[in-house]
Amino acid sequence: MGRAKLPRKSTTIDMTAMCDVAFLLLSFFILTTKFKPSEAIAVTTPSSVASKVAPNKDFVLVTIDKDGKVFLTIDDKQKRELVANSLNTTKNLGIDVAKFKAASFVGASFSGLNSFLSVSEENRKGDVLKGIPCKDSTDNELVVWMQAVNEAYAGAKMDLLLKGDNLAKYPSFKGVLTAFKKNNIQKFQMVTNPENAPVGSELYKKSMSGEKQEN
Amino acid sequence: MAELDTSGGGHKKGPGVKKGKKLSTRVDLTPMVDLGFLLITFFIFTTTMSQPTAMKLLLPDDKVKPEEQNKAKESGALTILMGADNHIYYYEGQLKNDASNFLSASYNGENSIRDVILKKKAYVRSIATDPNDPEHDLVVVIKPSQYCNYKNVIDILDEMSINVVKKFALVDIFDIEEQLIKKSDESAVKP
Repeated sequence: MGRAKLPRKSTTIDMTAMCDVAFLLLSFFILTTKFKPSEAIAVTTPSSVASKVAPNKDFVLVTIDKDGKVFLTIDDKQKRELVANSLNTTKNLGIDVAKFKAASFVGASFSGLNSFLSVSEENRKGDVLKGIPCKDSTDNELVVWMQAVNEAYAGAKMDLLLKGDNLAKYPSFKGVLTAFKKNNIQKFQMVTNPENAPVGSELYKKSMSGEKQEN
Repeated sequence: MAELDTSGGGHKKGPGVKKGKKLSTRVDLTPMVDLGFLLITFFIFTTTMSQPTAMKLLLPDDKVKPEEQNKAKESGALTILMGADNHIYYYEGQLKNDASNFLSASYNGENSIRDVILKKKAYVRSIATDPNDPEHDLVVVIKPSQYCNYKNVIDILDEMSINVVKKFALVDIFDIEEQLIKKSDESAVKP
């Protein structure tokens, strides 16, 4: 009995189409990726389930690094100028406004501010700087800074962000909170890394049922 | 897998006729696809990582007179205290004089603070008087000590949104509580 021979089919697949798709996706992801600019102050933020993306322009950012040192970043250059001018008049600091406007962040006490501004931008690194003193309740300079910022933003909406390092101790966080409270700032946002709600928790059930998250 | 086709066509010509070598134009694309997907995975991971999120926090107004402040019912109050080295403690209602209701918990795993919050929530629901708002009385008071770090505070605030606790407050710690935490922290280090 002769058996009908099954024709042997080749196992070779044409990879061209797959290659096309792969590189299409690749170019998409390359184009959408935004690399973090290298930051002068190294901060590892904790993660939270908050899903709202942090504003990335026109913000006022208070950074707490791992040693609890506090730095202030004002994104808007016009506001920086206003802040510098108001500090010059109220505190008589004699800040070089042009230099202050160029500085991406401040991290020095009022007495050390001029020497801070005389250092070039590349050499201002978080690990060398002292930060704005705010741990002590009697000598909380951030209160004055926030007051000046508040004045500069009078009437306009301010996106106040707080970015803290995992290892920062609570007293510096508390110092920052005190500075906010003293200036009647009750609303701010904390920068965190995104994280999914734990499976089975109430928030998880809520998001599964399609309810919108508030924060 | 795709392979280079080198057979070069199998028709036979007459004897003595030399085959003109026909090179196939087909190239093996497998390594290229591999590389492509490797890069895709890389870029997928980097895109998600560079998008920080923001968590909202509203601070209470300190200037409000004590009489006008919201009072918490003792039965619905849960106080969470954070100590050094990721230690966490809690007590329900008011702290007893002998500190017998001062208990310890952990951030995750066994005896986690999430279970404590959920248990409290269930309890508040069971004794609720208003059926429309059964969780009205639940208030979580968060008291970070000077030994805990920023991550601990964020973790607890996050726990509030994970467990959908509507009322919580970040409050300054009392001296007596701070001493209790210090004592418990020290005893926890020892075996």
